[in-house]
Amino acid sequence: MTDLADLTITAAGTGLREGEHTSVELLDAVIRRAAVTEAHLHAYLTLDREGARSAAEAADADFAVGVDRGPMQGIPIALKDNMCTRGTETTCGSQMLSGYRPPYDGTAVARLRSRGAVVLGKTNLDEFAMGSSTENSAYGETRNPWDSSRVPGGSSGGSAAAVAAGSALGAFGSDTGGSIRQPASLCGIVGMKPTYGLVSRYGLIAFASSLDQIGPLSKSVEDAALMLEAVAGHDPHDATSYRGEYPEIGSGLGTGIAGLRVGVVTELVGDAIDNEVLQATRSMIEALAGAGAELVELSLPSFEYALSAYYLIAPAECSANLARYDGVRYGVRRDGSTTEEMMAATRADGFGPEVIRRVLLGTYALSAGYYDAFYGSAQRVRTLVRREFAAAYEQVDVLVSPTSPTTAFPIGERAADPIAMYYSDVCTIPSNLAGDPAISVPVGLDSQGLPIGFQVMAPALGEATLLQVASEVERLADFSARATLATSQAELP
Amino acid sequence: MPVEIDIAHVAKLARIALTPEELEQYARQLGDILEHAERVQAIATPEIPPTSHPLPMTNAFRDDEVRPSLDRSEVLEMAPDTVGEYFRVPRILGDQPEDGA
Repeated sequence: MTDLADLTITAAGTGLREGEHTSVELLDAVIRRAAVTEAHLHAYLTLDREGARSAAEAADADFAVGVDRGPMQGIPIALKDNMCTRGTETTCGSQMLSGYRPPYDGTAVARLRSRGAVVLGKTNLDEFAMGSSTENSAYGETRNPWDSSRVPGGSSGGSAAAVAAGSALGAFGSDTGGSIRQPASLCGIVGMKPTYGLVSRYGLIAFASSLDQIGPLSKSVEDAALMLEAVAGHDPHDATSYRGEYPEIGSGLGTGIAGLRVGVVTELVGDAIDNEVLQATRSMIEALAGAGAELVELSLPSFEYALSAYYLIAPAECSANLARYDGVRYGVRRDGSTTEEMMAATRADGFGPEVIRRVLLGTYALSAGYYDAFYGSAQRVRTLVRREFAAAYEQVDVLVSPTSPTTAFPIGERAADPIAMYYSDVCTIPSNLAGDPAISVPVGLDSQGLPIGFQVMAPALGEATLLQVASEVERLADFSARATLATSQAELP
Repeated sequence: MPVEIDIAHVAKLARIALTPEELEQYARQLGDILEHAERVQAIATPEIPPTSHPLPMTNAFRDDEVRPSLDRSEVLEMAPDTVGEYFRVPRILGDQPEDGA
């Protein structure tokens, strides 16, 4: 018999509605799984067993009287610890917010609760979502469920590890430069960044406001669609949330890709990509052609500069957003004889090295005399990236590439080399700069048994086509391997 | 060539108190990162307009309605130091005049 912790959200929802199991039973199964895997993984920062049990009991009571709030009802999920949860500690992986209990739920969190989702806990992340390995957390690193000597990716590494290990049926993360897709790729699951503005950022602790977007990490493409539908929608609390007509999200699932035009980005399938990742990418591209897609090879030369532009734009926005951590209204405070000394001591002590590095970098890039040369130039490159995407989408319906240039790397390998770490995001950053949706789907394992992710990108509001292609990638890959830690647990009595 | 920067000035602007050793280390790391970042100047010609935001929107208004705000006592409870209904901070003015930075 299948362990309930290994179900997809779709299958768990069917079972809930057919009386095969209850929400409390689903919750118990993921808590049992977490009890074994957490000692190895450290995916969670906070487990709210009591709150989750109340929510599961409420969901079961609703089912019993025929109240059905949709596919998330009764489903145990995890939230990245940069999503504000009323009364439950929200640290953002930083010492700065140690002990911070938000006085409100973020909009995505409130929508999930109102739809009956069961929030089991808060997952680990690189401090303030800055990083690609989850090693930058002030509370210790998260480990990869496929090989616990390796990183899970980041910054949503805790969410990715929890889903891959079965200690949540699905999880939400945030993606500023690849922080959902890259850890999903390294942990062998699905991770999606929706169109900018589709999901409200109210209550998502800000890193880079023109790039940040909440999205799902899941075991299947269909689950990703259900999760996104539960949180998408205009929110008056977020002036940048999308106001127009909302796109269909899951309407193309399972309809095949006959006649669709798939673009292969030359700049993202070059020497910089690990050989085994490249081989897996190429064989999926061939499989898509075999399934009826028309392949077009496209060059988008500005992509060579996207990483450099991102590492000016994101730090610039972060230096402004993180100015609020000054020891006055929330978070920790260190002593100083004047307010300015107190603030400078608080920030030196409360922020970890990567956050300080980016705040300093952004402060410099925005400072008098350097603004045009750095921040201004980066914004112009952002225009070029958008133009080249737009021109490409005149010729193709979607673009494809690897998600990450490598599979999961050993803990510590890139920790001392910021530039090597930044390179992890080379394939994912262009979609953030453009505000477009993109998704990572697992397509195979390398010779060390580590998962390889395949990225599909679509134009803004092209979620339906994106998920249509992603579901075909999922079908063609037929990726059924499971993380070692989840498997060994399933064999326990 | 790594970019030379006045790291002490930048740290002061960012309100982060760093030791001389930390300043030296960040100056080196930022210099290397900025050397990479300078590449953007090669293609960012002046006739290309800057993009600051992915959505083409201006002046996103909402209805001007009276609605409840966050509970004051819950908000103050999260502050490091309060007095009555206020946040409390150390004295604002130092012994030395500010240098204008």
